[in-house]
Amino acid sequence: MSSHTFVLNGERVTVEVADDVRLLWVLRDLLGVTGPKYGCGLNVCKACTSHINGKAFNPCSVPVSAIDADDEITTIEGLPGTVGKDLHPMQEAWLEQDVAQCGYCQPGQIMSAVALVHKVRAEGRAITDADLDQIRNICRCGTYSRIRTAIKSGAANM
Amino acid sequence: MAEDLRRRRFLAYLLAAPTLAVAVQWIDPQRADAAVPTLPQPEEIFDLGDLQNLAAAPTANLVAVQMNRDGTASFAVPRAEVGQGITTAVAMMVAEEMDLPLDKVVVTLADARPELLMNQLTGGSNSVRSIYTPVRTAAAIARQRLVQTAAAQWGTTASSLTTRDGVISDSTGRTATYASLAVAAASSKIEAATVQLKSTSDFKVLGTPRNRVDARDIVMGRKTFGMDIQVPNAKPTMVRRPPTINGTVRSVNNQAAVLAMPGVTDVAVVSHGVAVRADTFGQCIDGLRALDVTWGPGTVDGESDASVLAKLKAAQLPMLVPGLLTEVLDAEFTFAFASNSPLEPDNAIADVRKDSAEIWSSLKVPIVAQEDIAAQLGLPVDAVKVHVAQGGGSFGRHLFHDVAAEAAEISQKMGKPVKLMWSRTDDFRQGRTHPMCTSRVRVTYALGNVVSYEQRHTSVQTEFSHGLGEMLTSYAAKLPIAGNLSFAESIFLLTQSSPYNFGVTTQLLNEIPLKFNTGSMRNIYSPNVVTAQELVVDRLAAKMGKDPVSFRRSFLRDAKLKAVFEKAVSVGQWGRALPAGVAQGIAVHSEYQGAVCCLVEIDCRPETVNRPVTDGVTGPRVTKALIVVDPGFAINPRGLEAQMIGGMNDGIALALTSSLHIKDGIPLEGSWDNYFYTRQWNTPLDMKVVIAPSGGDPSGAGELAVAPAMAAVACAYARATGTMPTYFPINHGTLGFEPYPTEPSTPQSPTNGLDS
Repeated sequence: MSSHTFVLNGERVTVEVADDVRLLWVLRDLLGVTGPKYGCGLNVCKACTSHINGKAFNPCSVPVSAIDADDEITTIEGLPGTVGKDLHPMQEAWLEQDVAQCGYCQPGQIMSAVALVHKVRAEGRAITDADLDQIRNICRCGTYSRIRTAIKSGAANM
Repeated sequence: MAEDLRRRRFLAYLLAAPTLAVAVQWIDPQRADAAVPTLPQPEEIFDLGDLQNLAAAPTANLVAVQMNRDGTASFAVPRAEVGQGITTAVAMMVAEEMDLPLDKVVVTLADARPELLMNQLTGGSNSVRSIYTPVRTAAAIARQRLVQTAAAQWGTTASSLTTRDGVISDSTGRTATYASLAVAAASSKIEAATVQLKSTSDFKVLGTPRNRVDARDIVMGRKTFGMDIQVPNAKPTMVRRPPTINGTVRSVNNQAAVLAMPGVTDVAVVSHGVAVRADTFGQCIDGLRALDVTWGPGTVDGESDASVLAKLKAAQLPMLVPGLLTEVLDAEFTFAFASNSPLEPDNAIADVRKDSAEIWSSLKVPIVAQEDIAAQLGLPVDAVKVHVAQGGGSFGRHLFHDVAAEAAEISQKMGKPVKLMWSRTDDFRQGRTHPMCTSRVRVTYALGNVVSYEQRHTSVQTEFSHGLGEMLTSYAAKLPIAGNLSFAESIFLLTQSSPYNFGVTTQLLNEIPLKFNTGSMRNIYSPNVVTAQELVVDRLAAKMGKDPVSFRRSFLRDAKLKAVFEKAVSVGQWGRALPAGVAQGIAVHSEYQGAVCCLVEIDCRPETVNRPVTDGVTGPRVTKALIVVDPGFAINPRGLEAQMIGGMNDGIALALTSSLHIKDGIPLEGSWDNYFYTRQWNTPLDMKVVIAPSGGDPSGAGELAVAPAMAAVACAYARATGTMPTYFPINHGTLGFEPYPTEPSTPQSPTNGLDS
């Protein structure tokens, strides 16, 4: 056991856990933050996608020891806080399109979408269909076309 | 006679309760009695949904709408919610008949209720069909009683009062909220009441597009799935599984060493593996990987795709029509094993004590789970409480309660509560599957007419041991099917029919008794049966010198199908000019009293087929997809559209990319980058759903689009490439990944998650 500190959704947290435990389980099993979902534990399905210092990452495949004390981890629960509102524009776009079916993958989808918009903006361009084709998040209910529409509309309000 | 006078009144009961509660028999008995079998093809007149209704009719058990003091109405629906939107549809029914805002209706999932018998089964796209009248009746009587209560208090007549958004008003402007009347309207004894339901033309909620009632919780990460339920001390638990399907444990050679690992609290041998309980799931993975286990054999050791296919071919039933005086078209298709794999892997919480047990899991037949688990634990049924959790998908998987039974076994052996999760790899390799099957078709034709259509479906057996079996046993005598058929044969006949005027038509199923873990996957037999049929129809059209549309136009016999077909032909611009290597495909399907036509365009040009995606299957791309659906009545068009879009993506996956490869008694697939369900790079950029209701009651919809979507994609592929595919999915012959080892059964999580 060792002590691990980081910033989670704006608050500094410290947990006692072995170094190699993946961050997803620290979040879900020890801290009770269940927005990030397990869908594979192999960095494939992307259902756990969250942000580290504003960039998308997959906590199922990051040992907690790789997180520094000043790293800011944002999960779906903390996303509205990043814009100081009740809902992030991407979450609002998801509601407008009624994207979700079972909803299990959608926290990860939304976190991937927000990071994608930031990434292409940093490259000084708008989102293209080719960008959307690169999204790896699985939606087993097959909501893909509504996801694409929601990302474009959410991006316009970000 | 005025329409209102001719309309039926429906019966419900005011319950003795602290606030107004109205209970109703959980089925519409008149509908269940309606079938009079006379036609040669049973599905059209009496389908699987009717069977479920018939089986449920005499149980006469009650479910209740309750008016609460805070102005909300609540209803615990005895069904599973796995993404299909049943909670939203039920909330809309209650809101409509009560004149309540939708957000004042709270729909929860009922625990297992043994007294409901077979009326607590979620499957066969039957939920909306079976509950549409009962739920509305209970809500309408609740509204009626609230109005009567206000009228009595105000000394006026009920007919002079109006209701809107949970408020009752009279012509003088006097108002009372439902909340204020919830107690006064309660009955002190059980009392029968009748009511007329609203006419469709008066609907303000039903038939209008609505968002899911849980949409906001979902986008905020607050929806609580089975995996998210917290039960005190129910620690993470996983199982080290055998290297072949259903293998058993001979011995565990290092139990003490694993028990000493960080976070690990318990290790126990169970029926098909060794369970590890720990502080985190990550430590469960470490623990199960470290186990040294000697394994006994499984149930299909040594079986592979080729050996199973050989057994299927040996079991195919013969064709009967010789075709001596006619032209004969023979075709044969093979469909690989497929996995329903919901994104939320199988999971269950179990807390088994000496004289009681409590279970939480996403279960579509919770009553059977409760009975089986009670028997397994040696407890009376009423000592086992089964809660139905919200499910992150199902696609048929949660008809079975394997994971709940295993959690109960582990909890009993460890003497502690457990939260059991199957790893993704377990889910693909040891979870239930849609079995491999073949479909042979023989058509004879002469002089521009089709004389006969025979289809012989041969499958590894599909397990229906989750309640449908009991239903069929009890009601076999009432089914319009002659002879002594197996459960699976009966289900096949109740779900399949040919939509074409093809003369003498027979569709038969034969099964081989291989002990794979199988079950119904979304739309059960239909995707395979319809794909074979529609590919043959296209080929027949070509042989008879017609294009696929004009041929179908000549031979389709159902008015609803003809209507959706013509709509698809025009909206989808059938026959528009496309480059070589790009083609359209069209397919129709009728089931659950609904009708669908899919028209897709597929791009099979090399630059598309070979487009690179890291660790992903590309191949041909469906660029455009149109689904025209006649659901009878669309309760929630937005939800129906979602079901159709999902069905299309399932159909694309089944036709092009997703399958299990069986080798040495186990599937090779272990992750989502092995089992290629449709991904963003496979999904059509142009996806359109047209809802064209013809009136009447709502049909089933949850599975409706899968079969015609798969068939349309297959037909488009055949036309684009000029070759008729005969093995599905079309990429099955190429193994596009390096399989994970079969031992340890769950791979270690990588450490590259920062590089996403």
